[in-house]
Amino acid sequence: MSIVRSILRSPLAAALTAPHGVDRYVELVHPAWSVRDVRGTVTKLIRETPTTTTLVIKPNGNWTGHDAGQFVRVGVELSGVRHTRCYSVSSSAHRRDRITLTVRAKEGGFVSQHLAHHAKEGDVLALSPAQGEFVLPALRPRRLVMISGGSGITPVMSMLRTLEDEGHDGDVTFLHYARSRDELIYADELANVNARVLVAFGTVFHPSHLSSINLERAEIFLCGPEPMMAAVRACGLPLHEERFTSEPLRPATDGGTIHFRRSRVRTGCDGKTMLEIAEASGLNPESGCRRGICHGCTQRKVSGVVRDLRTGAVSDAADEDIQLCVSAPVGDVTLDL
Amino acid sequence: MNHLTREQVDAFGAELDALRARVQADVGERDAKYIRRMIRLQRTLGIAGRGLLYAWAFPPAWALGVACLGVAKILDNMEVGHNVMHGQYEFMKDPALTAKGFEWDTTCPGDQWRHSHNHLHHTYTNIIGKDRDVGYGILRIADEQPWRPYYLGNLAYAFFLALFFEWGVALHDLEIERVTAGEKSWSETKPLVRGLVRKARMQMLKDYVLFPLLGGPLFLPILAGNALANVIRNVWAFMIIFCGHFPAGVAMFREEDTREESRGQWYLRQLLGSANIRGGKWFHVLSGNLSHQIEHHLFPDLPAHRYAEIAVEVRAICERYGLPYNTGSLGKQFGSVVARIAEMSLPPRLVDQRSQ
Ligand SMILES: Cc1cc2nc3c(=O)[nH]c(=O)nc-3n(C[C@H](O)[C@H](O)[C@H](O)COP(=O)(O)OP(=O)(O)OC[C@H]3O[C@@H](n4cnc5c(N)ncnc54)[C@H](O)[C@@H]3O)c2cc1C
Ligand code: FES
Repeated sequence: MSIVRSILRSPLAAALTAPHGVDRYVELVHPAWSVRDVRGTVTKLIRETPTTTTLVIKPNGNWTGHDAGQFVRVGVELSGVRHTRCYSVSSSAHRRDRITLTVRAKEGGFVSQHLAHHAKEGDVLALSPAQGEFVLPALRPRRLVMISGGSGITPVMSMLRTLEDEGHDGDVTFLHYARSRDELIYADELANVNARVLVAFGTVFHPSHLSSINLERAEIFLCGPEPMMAAVRACGLPLHEERFTSEPLRPATDGGTIHFRRSRVRTGCDGKTMLEIAEASGLNPESGCRRGICHGCTQRKVSGVVRDLRTGAVSDAADEDIQLCVSAPVGDVTLDL
Repeated sequence: MNHLTREQVDAFGAELDALRARVQADVGERDAKYIRRMIRLQRTLGIAGRGLLYAWAFPPAWALGVACLGVAKILDNMEVGHNVMHGQYEFMKDPALTAKGFEWDTTCPGDQWRHSHNHLHHTYTNIIGKDRDVGYGILRIADEQPWRPYYLGNLAYAFFLALFFEWGVALHDLEIERVTAGEKSWSETKPLVRGLVRKARMQMLKDYVLFPLLGGPLFLPILAGNALANVIRNVWAFMIIFCGHFPAGVAMFREEDTREESRGQWYLRQLLGSANIRGGKWFHVLSGNLSHQIEHHLFPDLPAHRYAEIAVEVRAICERYGLPYNTGSLGKQFGSVVARIAEMSLPPRLVDQRSQ
C-alpha cells in the first residue's frame, strides 16, 4: 500500500496526470481515495439517543491523527452542494484507524439532521486534518475536571477515553449536564470509567455544584451551550474552553460598499460580518466554525479596511487573506470572491 | 442599433433577468450529477485513448486512441473546463470545481484565460478595439478594422491559427501587440510569460516527452498520436469559437455606443453579437454548449447543459420583441465565417466594386 502511495505521490505521477493531478483520477475508482486530501468512509452508525448518532469513520491514509479534544471540518454533499461544519472527534487519540464523531440533530439543522438521521454505511465524508487548541496538555495533568453540557460532551469524552487508554491514574472528575436520562450519550461507558462521573439531569449549572470537587491545581475543560459556559466562566476559574455555537459578534455599522470582484456583486453591509454579507448577497463562500478558529472561510481581500471582531484590530493591507466570519468592513472593501 | 424604445429594451432585460432567476433557483443536484458524469466520461476517454496509442502494432486501435484522446481533450477544454472556469459549478463548493481551482488540459494557464475571456471578452463582447477576441489580434474579421496589405494572408493565418489554436489562445493573453505599442509595460507582462512558460512546459512534457518515453520503441507513434489529438481539439475549438461571433448577421459595436449601457442594452448587445449552431445532443456537448453562444453570453455563469432548455424561452422572448436570433447548421455558420475571413483579406474598395 505504501509503495503504491509513494508512486502516486511521485513527481512523475503528477506530471503524467497534469494538469488535474492524481487525485482527480484515483477518486473515480473510489471516492475516499486521495493522495492529498483527508477523507473518511462511514463504517458503522451507533444510535446513541433518538436525536444523536455516533458515526464510526475509517479515515484514509492521509489522516495523521488527532489530539484529544480537537475537531475536524466535515464536508457533506447535500443536493449537489458541499456543506462544511465542525465536529469534535469523540474517540481516543490512540485509535488512528477508526475515529468517531457524535452528532446531535439540531432542530431544523441542515447538516446535523443529515448526519444524525440519514448518513449510511459507506458514505464518504470530506475531512480536514484535526485542528483546535482545546486539547489535553502533552504532559498530562494529575488533576482534571471536565465540565460539559449536551453535545458538548464530545471533545471531553475524547479526553476521557484517551486518558483511559493511557492508564492515567490521576484525579479525574467528569461533570456533565444532560436534559434527561434518555438524552444522555455514552451512558454505559461512563458507568465504567476510571473517573468520578457526576451527571446532572434537567438542571442548569450552579457554582455550588463545584463544592464537592477538588479544584486545587486542576486543569478545567469546559464545553457546552453558551449560557452554561457563561455561568461557569462567572466563577472566575482558569478554564480551557470550546464553543460549538458562535456568540453573535455584532459588528458596528461603519462599513461602506462591499465589492465581490469575481462574482461582480456590490452590496451594502449594515452591521454584518463579511461572511454574512457574502451569504446575504447570494454568494456561497466556504465556511466552517463561523467563529474564527478553523480558517475555513479565508478569502483574499484585494483592498479596503476590515476590523477583526475578536480583537478589534484593524488591518488595511492590500492583498491579504482574511477570515470572513470574524471580519467586519470599515469603509469600502473589495474581495477576490 | 435596433427598433426598440428604451422602455422596450428595459422590459426585454427584465424578462431575461426573470428567466435567469428562475433557472438559478433550480440549480442544484441535477447540475452536480451532470458535471460529475461528464468529468468521469472525459477522464475515462483520456485514459482509454492514451492506452490505445500503445497498440501501434494494430493501427485501427491506435487511430481509435487518437480519437478518444482528442475527444477527451475537447470535453476537458469545452464542456468541463470552459464552463467550470466560468463559475457555473461554483455553487457546489467543491474545491476541485471552482473557477479559481480548475486547470485545463491546454497550453493557456487558466487564470490568464479567465482574465482575458471572462472579464474582457464577456464584458466587451464585439466592441471593436475593446474585445480582443475580434480577430485575435491576427485576423481582420470586421469592416471596422482598417485594411492593411498584411491581411492578404488572412485565410492562411486563420488556417494556422486553427491548427495551433491552443497556442493562439495562450499567446493572445499576453497582449504582445500592446506591449510593443508601449501601452502595456514589460514588468506587467513578465509574470504572465512566466506562468505561460510553466504551463506550456507541463503540457509539452507530458504529451511530447513522458508518455512517448513510456512507449519505449513506440516513442514516435505515441508522440504523433498526442500531437494529432491536440490538433483535433485545436481545429474543433477554433471552428466552434469562430462560429460564436463571426458568422454573417452578427453585429459589431463601437465603444462610444456602449458607454452608458443599461442592463437591457447589455443583454441586447450580447444577443446581437452572438450566433448559435444547430445540432444534436452530443454535438452540443462536444461544443461545450458554446453552440448555444447566445444563451452563454446572456447567462455565462448558468450551467451550460441547461442552455438548450433556456434557448427555447430566449427565442420566444426574441420573437415577441421582433429581435433576430442568429442560428444555423455548422456548415452554414462556418461557411459564412470562412467567406468573411476571405472577404476581409481584400481591400474594402475591391470588395465593394465586386458587390455592386
Ligand atoms: C469546534 C466545534 C465542534 C463541534 N462539535 C460538535 C459535535 O461534536 N457534535 C455536534 O453535534 N455538534 C458539534 N458542533 C456544532 C456543529 O458544527 C453544527 O453547528 C451543528 O451540528 C449544527 O449544524 P446544522 O447544519 O445542523 O445547523 P444549521 O442551523 O443548518 O447551521 C448551523 C449554523 O451554520 C450557519 N450556516 C452555515 N452555512 C451557512 C450558509 N451557507 N448560509 C447561512 N448560514 C449558514 C447557520 O446560520 C447556523 O447558525 C461543533 C461546532 C464547533 C464550532
Ligand atoms: S468559518 Fe471557521 S474561521 Fe471562519
